Amino acid sequence: MSKHLLEVRNLRIDFPTRKGILTAIDDVSFHIDEGEVLGVVGESGAGKSLTGAAIIGLLEPPGRISGGEIVMNGRRIDNLEYEEMRKIRGREIGAIFQDPLTSLNPLYTVGRQLTETIMTHTDMTPTKARERAIELLTEVGIPAPETRVDQYPHQFSGGMRQRVVIALALCVNPKLVVADEPTTALDVSIQAQIIALLKKLCREHGTAVMLVTHDMGVIAETADRVAVMYAGRIAEIGPVRQVVKQAKHPYTEGLMGSIPMIGHTDEKLRQIEGSMPRLTSIPTGCAFNQRCPKAFDRCFKERPDTIAVDGTEVACWLYDKEAAHV
Amino acid sequence: MSDATTAKKPAVAKETFETILEVKGLKRYFDVSAPWLNRVLEGAPEQILKAVDGIDFAIKPGETFSLVGESGCGKSTVAKLIVGLHGPSSGSIEFEGRDIANLSRKQMGPIRRRLQMIFQDPYASLNPRWKVRDIIAEPIRAFGLADSPDEVLERVGQLLTQVGLSPVDGEKYPHEFSGGQRQRLSIARALASEPDFLVCDEPTSALDVSVQAQILNLMRDLQKKLGLTYLFISHNLAVVCHVSDRVGVMYLGRLVEVAPSDILFTRPRHPYTRMLLDTIPDLEMSGRERMPVAGEVPSPINPPSGCAFHPRCPFANDRCKSERPEPRPLADGAVVACHGVEEGRVPDDPIMAKVPVPEGLNV
Repeated sequence: MSKHLLEVRNLRIDFPTRKGILTAIDDVSFHIDEGEVLGVVGESGAGKSLTGAAIIGLLEPPGRISGGEIVMNGRRIDNLEYEEMRKIRGREIGAIFQDPLTSLNPLYTVGRQLTETIMTHTDMTPTKARERAIELLTEVGIPAPETRVDQYPHQFSGGMRQRVVIALALCVNPKLVVADEPTTALDVSIQAQIIALLKKLCREHGTAVMLVTHDMGVIAETADRVAVMYAGRIAEIGPVRQVVKQAKHPYTEGLMGSIPMIGHTDEKLRQIEGSMPRLTSIPTGCAFNQRCPKAFDRCFKERPDTIAVDGTEVACWLYDKEAAHV
Repeated sequence: MSDATTAKKPAVAKETFETILEVKGLKRYFDVSAPWLNRVLEGAPEQILKAVDGIDFAIKPGETFSLVGESGCGKSTVAKLIVGLHGPSSGSIEFEGRDIANLSRKQMGPIRRRLQMIFQDPYASLNPRWKVRDIIAEPIRAFGLADSPDEVLERVGQLLTQVGLSPVDGEKYPHEFSGGQRQRLSIARALASEPDFLVCDEPTSALDVSVQAQILNLMRDLQKKLGLTYLFISHNLAVVCHVSDRVGVMYLGRLVEVAPSDILFTRPRHPYTRMLLDTIPDLEMSGRERMPVAGEVPSPINPPSGCAFHPRCPFANDRCKSERPEPRPLADGAVVACHGVEEGRVPDDPIMAKVPVPEGLNV
């Protein structure tokens, strides 16, 4: 069987609408190894959150997986029944969402939410589970956990809430955590704290992370490998240093150039003209062809699949050897 | 303060001392007490939120001055005070030497034409029931800047072209545009009254990076072409570094450091500024050591005594806990409100990674 922790093969997600079927994720394949941090980056609407939702089995109808498969630890998980998936979620795959206020139940104390999750997945006694909950809160750096455990989410600040959510995601030591924009709702100084915490905990527990974000800086700090998504497909995937420093796909290149950086006070930022196409009007060929400064004939006719180039995989015809000589 | 800033730096001193906007001792307090009955019956205390607590700065014509800080530091309140959406509790706002803080609606009219604002959320700041043409024409009509309906339409067309859209887009509704295009519409509307001064409150925070780059470039082009002055408000230091001539860093309603952009980003003085700069994720991946970030922003309703930053500051001593630091100009044009910098307790070393975290704070 496969040696990867998670393998996504040719995943396709459709949204049936009155005007026809919209394909939001089209033929996406990647894998995550044990203990690895895979960053998924892209602009809004690129399909990065949707991919994450599909992995944890929380795809909202009418969205549906219409092709491909998701394999976790050698077991296919994309076609499981609701109850079976529920057992995997939390136990094997934890989730951290963007807004810590909506991912916690405002009516229950933090401690109750933690013990509930712990007791669903293990056979700990309530007292044991409570001890474990306090232990977890200490681990994520919440001061005075013995009193905090009996407080409600509204009594926590934004950063503290996100720490609780992290504790919740890691409480039964899952193998993989899907973190969907975990720091977007937070201030920069809190963001740095949360990222450092997530990194530390996952290293200690050997948890793999799929980190979905639009912030290339966060990825550069945290991830081992990064997948750049554009219009429902992976444009480039590879080791983070290679992608950030030597971007191959023209989209990644443009994206990196458009990030303002301290110390680079060029007159103008590099900009990618136009905006990402809507799902209803994805052009034939490469989805980026209309904005690409290097597009040529083939880009408008054939859709590129990822090609291995110097350790990264790029979906761009520029790197196809046969085409290079044309 | 501004005079001190400019006088100390020879490069700036060559320019005129004339300022387009000068803010002196500006304060805005909000009463967030419990309702009167609760105070009488339950003895609930009166609570005052000091959103902006005495700040001074001056902006020269044609420059971009930025205010940066975390949420709740009062930067957006400053923006609202300047355009007159809030009245100040005390202090003055001088626009070309004239105090506009306490003008009547009628007196404010002509000044409002010259002082426009771009808001953060391009989805909420455009009326969804109006055609783009009407949204942009509103200031032109309101200020009587065109003589005939045809002239209004022509001007709307020009404005749309100026921000990179097409005149035929005027017939559409805002929902037909993407986020970046909507922000272009907001800019077109702000420019419709031919202003000199634009207050931009987080204009790119809701946008994707590639679109953000388009908007920042557009704003820079317009500034050059029309000689605009910007007050730019953002929490994103990298964006601020890119657009600004001078930067003010705010913390809990006060300015802790004001400096020319190149100085602030190469030689930050205030420990808070350094902490902020150290939190920016490192795209260069140089693996440089960084100051550990500790603690959270305290509540502005009940700010710490003395210097508001002292509970998070690794250099704080007893003086910082009791005495509030006043802004002091330094030799190179920076103005810093910090006892530590004044006494030389804060090392000038740009890397502060080895600084111990104050006790009781977790990283």
